[in-house]
Amino acid sequence: MSDITYRNLIVDGLWHNNQALVALLGLCPLLAVSNTAINGLGLGLATTAVLVASNTTVSLIRNFVRPEVRLPVFVLVIASFVTAIELGMNAYFHELHKILGIFIPLIVTNCTIIGRAEAFASKNNLRRSLVDGISIGIGFTLVLLILGGMRELVGQGTLFDQAHLMFGEAARGFTLKIENFRGMLVAILPPGAFIGLGLLIMVKNLIDKRLAVRAMAKTDYAEEMRGLAS
Amino acid sequence: MEFHTLSSPHTKRVNRVDKVMLQVVLALMPGITAMIFYFGWGVLINAVLAILSAVAFEAMVIRLRKRPVMPVLFDLSAVVTALLFAVAIPPLLPWWLVVMGIAFAIIMVKQMYGGLGYNPFNPAMAAYVLLLISYPVEMTSWMPPYLLADHHLTLPQILAFKFSGVLPGELTLDAITMATPLDQMRTNLDLNSMISEIRQSPLWGDFGGLGWEWVGNWFLMGGIWMVYKRTITWQIPLAFLTGLVSMATIFWLFDAESFPFPLFHVFSGGVILGAFFIATDPVTACTTRTGQLIFGAAIGVLVYLIRTWGGYPDAVAFAVLLMNMAAPTIDYYTRPRTYGHGEVKSE
Repeated sequence: MSDITYRNLIVDGLWHNNQALVALLGLCPLLAVSNTAINGLGLGLATTAVLVASNTTVSLIRNFVRPEVRLPVFVLVIASFVTAIELGMNAYFHELHKILGIFIPLIVTNCTIIGRAEAFASKNNLRRSLVDGISIGIGFTLVLLILGGMRELVGQGTLFDQAHLMFGEAARGFTLKIENFRGMLVAILPPGAFIGLGLLIMVKNLIDKRLAVRAMAKTDYAEEMRGLAS
Repeated sequence: MEFHTLSSPHTKRVNRVDKVMLQVVLALMPGITAMIFYFGWGVLINAVLAILSAVAFEAMVIRLRKRPVMPVLFDLSAVVTALLFAVAIPPLLPWWLVVMGIAFAIIMVKQMYGGLGYNPFNPAMAAYVLLLISYPVEMTSWMPPYLLADHHLTLPQILAFKFSGVLPGELTLDAITMATPLDQMRTNLDLNSMISEIRQSPLWGDFGGLGWEWVGNWFLMGGIWMVYKRTITWQIPLAFLTGLVSMATIFWLFDAESFPFPLFHVFSGGVILGAFFIATDPVTACTTRTGQLIFGAAIGVLVYLIRTWGGYPDAVAFAVLLMNMAAPTIDYYTRPRTYGHGEVKSE
């Protein structure tokens, strides 16, 4: 496992192994909560916090936990952090906590978190697990934020509506609104989440394909040059 | 006497896509003409607008997919989708909603799944449902049929409303629109009125709503012609109507004042259109004969359930989409036995 560089970890988490767009993990909260950008951001950050905390803890205890009982132990670790985060959000972001509701406790069941604990943190040292947790978490949050923004924009013609729930009263001005646009309700409803996520995956695959074609062209060109030189 | 065909197959079959689609278009004509008669020029404008945008979007996507454009455009499948969509939507729907619905139908529901033959859902119905849940007010603003209308809009007035939202003179949208018979029945039943009371209103004809039931008859004619021409099989329409009628009969016999009589259901909303033109879409329906019977009957039962206890007054689009999802599974379990293979039922 020595070929894991930090750069690779970050690029994988944000792009090549993005948990929402490539692994398609954690879709239940992703689809349910991404109806506005702020909801998405809130849940994404909460998930990231849990992911970072659980990744570091699992990495620290990886040598003391017997393999037979590792999954219950991981679940216990994750559940403790989720409980802490939930109580914290209830105290400091009470309104946002009310909107996100059941999906905060449900972070426990987010496959991304147990997936990273099992596949990465239980096999790697503390620093790598920390970087992995941060990059995977931010990748997940970005998808939530973009999907939430898309759905909000199409569905009700606003962007960053109710930003004050997250950034305090001063952020009320963040909200962008398209005048005279009533919005297409379906984007806010569950079908809009599926269609939106499908479109995001499409865009990602398109970009990947373009990049692959460009990389191929580059190597072809290099080989041609080499051929001419010899 | 000439005998050209010496080896099998001896029967001539219409098996080219464009011919089948052309027959569907022809079979739709009586119904569309009747709709134009009862609901005005809006229907025709919708149809033209839908066809033009469907062809344009289809050409656009096919070009993007780098496939030959002409064969796909001339298979007429986009035209059929456009026409089915145009007769399902209200005649006064603003133009941009028509174009948006068609864009969704052609680009997302049809071409993104791989084009004709690969789409699991009926494009016209998916677009209808998309608009219905996104713009419920516009999608339920039907004009009353010609015989009941107080105000008759002329062609330029309809065009002005559809393209710029301007109504002539003192008229408001409420003055020229009216609840559909299904809406009326449902709202009044929710208010605990009795059906004999509800039917006192001049809105009602012999079976369904005045005017509406006749549109159904004209679609029925086209549908029967398609069955006769073998464009569609009889299994789906018959099973659909049987499923609906038997459900309706059971509840009607149980309590005739709270549950409308069976023929009301058949001649209201999109049932005839759905049974003969929408549920029979060869791509999204079941292909085995037994499967088609199950598929049709399930749609009929679902239509009744959603109409009676669901959130929307009509349910054909929802029922068809739900059963589209189930079609591959039904086909899997109803595959006919291959000759010479499998168990033979003896005696």
